Amino acid sequence: MRRASVWAWFWFLLGFLYFFLPLFSTFEFSLRMLKGRYTFEAYRVAFTDPAFFRNFGYSLIWSVLTIAISLALVVPTAYWVHLRMPRLRPLVEFITLMPFVVPAVVLTFGLIRLYGSPPILLTPTPILLVAGYVVLSLPYMFRAVDTGLRSIDVRTLTEAAQSLGASGFVTLTRVIFPNLRVALLSGIFLTFAIVMGEFTFASLLYWPAFGPYMEEIGAMRAYTPQALSVVSFALTWFSIGVIQWLGRGVSGQQAQIAGAR
Amino acid sequence: MGFEHPVRLEPHPMDQGDAPSARPPGRRSWWGWLVVAPFFLFAILFLFLPSTSIFIRSFQGRGDVFTLDNIKAIFTTRDILNAYKLSLSISVVTAMGGALFGFLLAYAVILGGLPRVFRSFLMTFSGVASNFAGVPLAFAFVATMGNAGLVTRLLENNLGIDIHAGGFTIYSFWGLSIVYMYFQFPLMVLIMAPALDGLKREWREACENLGGSSYHYWRHVALPILSPVLLGTAILLFGNAFGAYATAYAFTGSFLNLVTIVIGAQIQGDVLYNPGLGNAMALGMIVIMSFSMVGYIWSQRRAARWLR
Repeated sequence: MRRASVWAWFWFLLGFLYFFLPLFSTFEFSLRMLKGRYTFEAYRVAFTDPAFFRNFGYSLIWSVLTIAISLALVVPTAYWVHLRMPRLRPLVEFITLMPFVVPAVVLTFGLIRLYGSPPILLTPTPILLVAGYVVLSLPYMFRAVDTGLRSIDVRTLTEAAQSLGASGFVTLTRVIFPNLRVALLSGIFLTFAIVMGEFTFASLLYWPAFGPYMEEIGAMRAYTPQALSVVSFALTWFSIGVIQWLGRGVSGQQAQIAGAR
Repeated sequence: MGFEHPVRLEPHPMDQGDAPSARPPGRRSWWGWLVVAPFFLFAILFLFLPSTSIFIRSFQGRGDVFTLDNIKAIFTTRDILNAYKLSLSISVVTAMGGALFGFLLAYAVILGGLPRVFRSFLMTFSGVASNFAGVPLAFAFVATMGNAGLVTRLLENNLGIDIHAGGFTIYSFWGLSIVYMYFQFPLMVLIMAPALDGLKREWREACENLGGSSYHYWRHVALPILSPVLLGTAILLFGNAFGAYATAYAFTGSFLNLVTIVIGAQIQGDVLYNPGLGNAMALGMIVIMSFSMVGYIWSQRRAARWLR
């Protein structure tokens, strides 16, 4: 390979600045609450607000529900498409790409118009919120599980399990799942990262969550919002970090079509 | 992959009467559909019915009669046209900017001869940054280029440059474009890096053996092979920006009337004073996104001919 050119360094440096300047600025900004010196006062203020824990807790609940439902919907379907119904693959793939075609704000609009008034009134329940989150998670979850299934020999494993007398359920939980551990965990952590910071669904459906809380604080205070941004970034970093650590050697997993938020 | 997890040997209670041997892999039965039924039921309830309802209501006037007025209004109402124009412009600008910058970055680390460490570093950060959108991203840029932001202060205190002097404000079209770029170009890097890796050494050698220069190689070999990937990713970035709501809302409030912002306002209260118009606006978005999707899938197919 040739020696690195000046331009290669130039573009890389520019990219580096684009990545880090906003992050560094946010951190620096969050330390400036008390005039003239750097303190963690903004963090103290952020973390002593009871509303922070309430909203953060809600987001945790939403993300756990989303992950559970998304797994329950995607895993059996992806498995079945691999094993028994390959003809359904284009249709299933099409559905998992739908969040791109119907962005969050448009989906919320449709959901509220459809289920926001009798005879079917779902807006007092968090069903629409979690459903929206599950829709958002579909591309990530399906892609993760699908990649996982491709890397193992599903048919042989299933036939081996069944010839030993295992039922479909046992095959799935005791044979297929353990082999898909890494794939499932990447889907789970990515969904977690998305739901924890999500704003559109929660805000427009009026449910408490970390995203709308951040926005609300942003409109009221200075410095604390940046402290919350640092927290949120740490969450994303943590989730993606786990995925990359789990999937060492598998590159470009996050590069895919997904819903705009 | 071994069997570290032994399976139970006794038949499962639910499985009696249907011995494994009686279940050849090719046979389909009604219970096979039960496995995939929840997934499809969910998709119908929470994706297709809402979309269909938007579609139908776009063509409904007062009293649920069929009308084309809503669709016509999209093309004649100035505010709505401006919203579409603004959304389209910002999506095109950030898609092209993101694609170009992302390509150059990917080129720099993959083929530019930079140490390998930088490559994995860039890939990791692109993975994080492409998922870092929404409210916290907006706050990050307020802290960077806002009135009291770090870059603003550094420029003012050290170089005496006031970036807001010429009437420039970051809460504007170009300001929001810079913010969007933060999640746009990393996506390009993530997709472009493997594609650049997929360029075979033999192609370059073949070109050189035929007397071709570096220019010839890029003009006649590499770029034609990469162009479907470039195009497909640019379309992806376009859709990414076009559907974005949270980032724009948290960054500019409602100063910039993007299509998503107007639809959001329409949800919270009938700001267009016409429910049908809101549906037509949402439908317009679905139509534009569908075109992007078709374009993306088409370019994916073309890309698959040579790469991977």
